[in-house]
Amino acid sequence: MLIIGERINVITKAQRQAMQDRDKGPIQEMAINQVESGAGMLDINIGPAEDKGDELMDWIVKTVQEVAHVPLCLDTTNPLAMEAGLKAHDNSWGRAMINSASGEEERLNVMMPLAGKYNSLIIGLTLNKQGIPALAEDRCAIAAEIMGKAVECGVPMEDIYLDPLIMPVPFSQEKSLESIRAIRMFKELNDPAMKTVVGLSNISNGAPKTLRPLLNRVYTALLMYEGLDSAIIDPLEREMVEVIKTVDILMGKTLYAHSYLEM
Amino acid sequence: MAFVVPKETYNGKVCEVEIGTGPRAVKIGGEAALPFLAFEGAVPNKPAIAYEVQDVPPDDWPQTLQDVYKDVSADPAKWAKHCQDELGAQMIALRLIGTHPDRQNRAAEDAAKTVKDVLAAIDVPLIILGSNNAEKDAQVLKSACDAASGRNCLIGKAQEANYKTVVASAMASGHKLIAMSDLDVNLAKQLNILITQMGFDKDKIVTDPMSSALGYGIEYTYSVMERIRAAALFQNDQTMAPPMVNDVGMYVWKVKETMAPEADQPSWGPVADRGIGWEATTAMGFLMAGSDLLIMRHPKAVDTVVTMIDGLV
Repeated sequence: MLIIGERINVITKAQRQAMQDRDKGPIQEMAINQVESGAGMLDINIGPAEDKGDELMDWIVKTVQEVAHVPLCLDTTNPLAMEAGLKAHDNSWGRAMINSASGEEERLNVMMPLAGKYNSLIIGLTLNKQGIPALAEDRCAIAAEIMGKAVECGVPMEDIYLDPLIMPVPFSQEKSLESIRAIRMFKELNDPAMKTVVGLSNISNGAPKTLRPLLNRVYTALLMYEGLDSAIIDPLEREMVEVIKTVDILMGKTLYAHSYLEM
Repeated sequence: MAFVVPKETYNGKVCEVEIGTGPRAVKIGGEAALPFLAFEGAVPNKPAIAYEVQDVPPDDWPQTLQDVYKDVSADPAKWAKHCQDELGAQMIALRLIGTHPDRQNRAAEDAAKTVKDVLAAIDVPLIILGSNNAEKDAQVLKSACDAASGRNCLIGKAQEANYKTVVASAMASGHKLIAMSDLDVNLAKQLNILITQMGFDKDKIVTDPMSSALGYGIEYTYSVMERIRAAALFQNDQTMAPPMVNDVGMYVWKVKETMAPEADQPSWGPVADRGIGWEATTAMGFLMAGSDLLIMRHPKAVDTVVTMIDGLV
């Protein structure tokens, strides 16, 4: 399964400061650590970045790819910043991913054409103006709208990563099973199967700190069993990466060797 | 409706490994598709073939095969040069079989001298093989590596029992390495991981899945090779990406079909043809399973396989 490293994020203080100061050091160090720990792609979350977002995205994409030879998942709601990132992205190590489009019309109409124009991958969040539907069936309906827009923009189905959205188990326990069901149903929306992605850690939001890693790990294993293709996680959590590698082995996605955890 | 050729898509590719120096250096591997399916992905290099020569006269080879080299096989350098100049060998594989404790038990220093002599006689790339005695190979290959320093040879074989010494020697003298495990895809992966963990570059490894002869377990080798290649191409498994080598001759020329006289087996046809056919057919099977490099003995078998390769690429 593709691990998308989440640690270059405007929410954390050190990274935000580095982004503001255009200080390469902490960002590049975080990029290298994540790739060495198993990330195959790095999420670059610069937030809404309303002020000079395009300049920031251009700088950070080049900064990260200078040291980390992986594709990037560009995470911003600012379309100008998104386009600047796609332009700056070096595709030698794989194509960029847009994070994200959704069933909300304005966002879909802006982001999907960018995926077509820059031949990038794109995450489709299955929510709309009314929020996240309770039932997996209704999330599939939004997925179908996203897929329809993709056809219009010349984006192939295999370039879309559908996200069922994960809800915190402490607040809505019944939803955790519904998101698993949604993954299974998304896969069936197309042949070859649609690809899927989740922002994993939301499952344990609001749970005690000591419980969160366990909830995250076990939930990941359940989602992977249904065919989850990628997840945005913290690759520096060693035990999480070990669970992912182990499920990949047990499901026959990678070849077993005694040292499989070390690769 | 026009016919559209169905194509497989691949997620990974085989590493490209260069062996030798100068204009006659040979690149193997690099393919991004299953064997001979160049319409599905880049196949930059044809499979290569190395002629096997030995450090001692090949007394144990069948007579029909010994006869081919009878004028040169007393001198490894002469033998190697003969293969290069007269037979058009693209590569030479020098097997230091005389170092085996059950054979002449030659010393590592003597083996090193043979390596130097052979290298002085040829300019095609050289594969240096031990006697397949893990313990003795550890010493012999160390001396051989030093003697061949600067010639970018392919050294073999590193096995579970001796890989630490062999890897260290190959690394110190800048050679490429054959990693061999016992006919098991998971062990092959494990050995590659252990070798790279010593700091040896994975792009310098060539995998030997352990060969076998037609009729004597070739299907096991074939299926291990298929799985190695599938891991590299479909699962993009970097530890399984090295190209593959098959040591064909040593397994073929000891089976009864290559030796039994016509008098004993009249229905089998002339013994000379049988051996050639056996070696060529075994080699072709390995090519279909994804082999990038073959080590062979009989020139006519080599010619047959070259014809096949040229017809398919």
